[in-house]
Amino acid sequence: MGWALSLLIEFIIMNTQTEESRPSRLHSVISNAADRLAGSVFILPTVLALLFLSLFPLIASLYVSLAKFDIAPGGFKLTFVGWDNYKKLLVGSEGTHFLGKFAPGTPLTWIVFGGVVIALAIFLARYLLNARVSIGGLIGRVLLALGSGALTWMLVHTLWNGGRLGTASVTLVYVFVGIFFQYILGLSLAMLTVQNLPGRRFFRVVFLLPMMITPVGVAYMFRMLTDTSKGPFTPIWQALGLVDFSWVNNAWGARTAILIADVWQWTPFMFIVLVAALESQSIEPLEAATVDGANSWQIFQHITWPAILPVSMTLILIRLIEAFKIVDLPNVMTNGGPGTATQSLTFHAYINWRALDIGASAAVAYMLLFLVTFFAMIFVNLIRQRTVETL
Amino acid sequence: MKRWFQSKSINTPSPVGAALSYLMLGFWAFLIIFPLYWLLVTSFKISSQVTEGPFYLPFVDFKPSLDAWKYILVGDLSRDTLRNLSNTVIVAPISALIALALGGTAAYALVRFEYRPRVGAILTFIGCVVLSIIVINLGVAWQIALAVSAAAFIILLQTIGRRFKRALGNNDIAFWMISQRMLPPVAVVIPIYILFQRLHLLDTYAALIITYVTSNLPIVIWLMRDYISTIPIELEECASIDGASRYRIFWSIVLPLAVPGLVATFLFVLVFTWNEYLLALFLSSAKVQTLPLTIVAQNATRGPQYWNMSVLILIMIVPVIVIAIVLERYITRGLLIGAVKG
Repeated sequence: MGWALSLLIEFIIMNTQTEESRPSRLHSVISNAADRLAGSVFILPTVLALLFLSLFPLIASLYVSLAKFDIAPGGFKLTFVGWDNYKKLLVGSEGTHFLGKFAPGTPLTWIVFGGVVIALAIFLARYLLNARVSIGGLIGRVLLALGSGALTWMLVHTLWNGGRLGTASVTLVYVFVGIFFQYILGLSLAMLTVQNLPGRRFFRVVFLLPMMITPVGVAYMFRMLTDTSKGPFTPIWQALGLVDFSWVNNAWGARTAILIADVWQWTPFMFIVLVAALESQSIEPLEAATVDGANSWQIFQHITWPAILPVSMTLILIRLIEAFKIVDLPNVMTNGGPGTATQSLTFHAYINWRALDIGASAAVAYMLLFLVTFFAMIFVNLIRQRTVETL
Repeated sequence: MKRWFQSKSINTPSPVGAALSYLMLGFWAFLIIFPLYWLLVTSFKISSQVTEGPFYLPFVDFKPSLDAWKYILVGDLSRDTLRNLSNTVIVAPISALIALALGGTAAYALVRFEYRPRVGAILTFIGCVVLSIIVINLGVAWQIALAVSAAAFIILLQTIGRRFKRALGNNDIAFWMISQRMLPPVAVVIPIYILFQRLHLLDTYAALIITYVTSNLPIVIWLMRDYISTIPIELEECASIDGASRYRIFWSIVLPLAVPGLVATFLFVLVFTWNEYLLALFLSSAKVQTLPLTIVAQNATRGPQYWNMSVLILIMIVPVIVIAIVLERYITRGLLIGAVKG
């Protein structure tokens, strides 16, 4: 693959770019040539590495998602089919699997949907009445409103009244419920272990353990633990009279089990980064605030929280991106069941992939990419910027 | 009475606070240790003891057996286990260190330098890449296709590319980098497999290390960016006035101060690569298989062999725990304290 050549090309771009790059505040004192090149030297290896291994898969799988994959003598054959794979997902035979089974609306459906539409309209109107309206900002916000409206429409029609969640909605449930609990737990545990308590190092190492187990291993472990007839909690199930009840047959029961495993596994990620952030806080402002008589809630609100906010935002963004790719837990614990109730998007792509429908699998993966990009853009442009920059 | 609620210093909780803290810490520690205890117990069971219902205490409930441990460590599976363990031990730390080195410098660059990549140049570049892929698919030899598209790129860059003056900023670069992780591995494995097949690197350490480094770089960059931006710029300005070069500033001021962040990030990347499954499944066939593959292989036709899995999982986490215990002390308070005072 003549990647060496494309690396060279990229080197040319980077060189033309870094002529304009300059150290932001130190630039008056920097004079020699090596230092002027420092900007490229620091970032170039990373950009090259990412281009080498990321750009090709991205473009290749986009092409595959627009094609039909067939085993042919001596390898495989791709036939270009246009939007067929996407059409099948959105309006065709895979529609109920991907988007869910839509139920007729109830009053609650219309109340919730109407509320969200009004909120989005207010959001857009407030931006338009603002003095600084830019085309890019407007397009972004309109897309946000349309996207959120469509997602709400999907959720209100599949969540109750006999509707069934599709893999897209199930993934959203995993992502948002999971991240919420992981962050809250991670932050609380981090705050507890930065206190000067004997034995805190022991707790820190113990709290890290779940993250160190290979995800497939965690999945099999939880499959053992959640077994209602042979798992360790059998006596509890029996005492509750649930011994014949299998949570695997209950959609929300199965989803809850997967969420518990997910929170168990990924809270340590939030925990350890927040510990490092709390530890690298300088202590003088805390002392000054105590001397001035601030209580611990005020100290948290005005000193600690702003200090850990940037790291928190990064953490949530990274987990957001990673959580969308959840596959091991549903695959091993419930095999996606009951029905398709616990299947995530990656699992959906994996099922198509196992059936050698590689094109459909790539289309699901690209839909996932759109969803993640949608939420990550909202997060970075609206939430992260607003919270981090207003400090 | 009052002293029970009063804390001695800013960071030491009051006695009541300490008791409550221990209660909560203990509760969560139990939630974490119990599943691991269950793994440990299961690793000493034989298959009938797992399938016949819960047994909790070895020697009391059931007679422990070393069968699974023997099978994995000295028996039939021992050659595979040891080979895969040594592969994991080689691949994971090397990938983590390279990712940390590349990502750390890039994160520093994104915090302290200003980049203005022009939209025109990027679009021309992507256009030429797409063009060359299409042309290659149509059957043109890739050498010719790449040479032509490279020439086209340079010409277009000098002509059309210059007209789009709009430039992106550092945040856009960072977002581009993290977006590299958004595609699920299921979609990425086949192109990556084909790529390494063409490079004749399948089933080599190089393939695994290159893949792991690039897939973890975005995480390193994002985490390190936040740590580095908390380092006061005044230190760097002082050093720069004293005549230190950019590289020296990075090496002797920024790196030492970023140690807590570096350690935490290293631990993550190490753990992610140590445990990675899907990419390893595709990129290794026999020689460089890693341990997660051995674990999944225990899900045989007779159902999951939980006892063997438990042994393997325990074997896998011991080295990481040792590293975590060693490194934990570096994630400590106060590395920044006093740095600014002088």
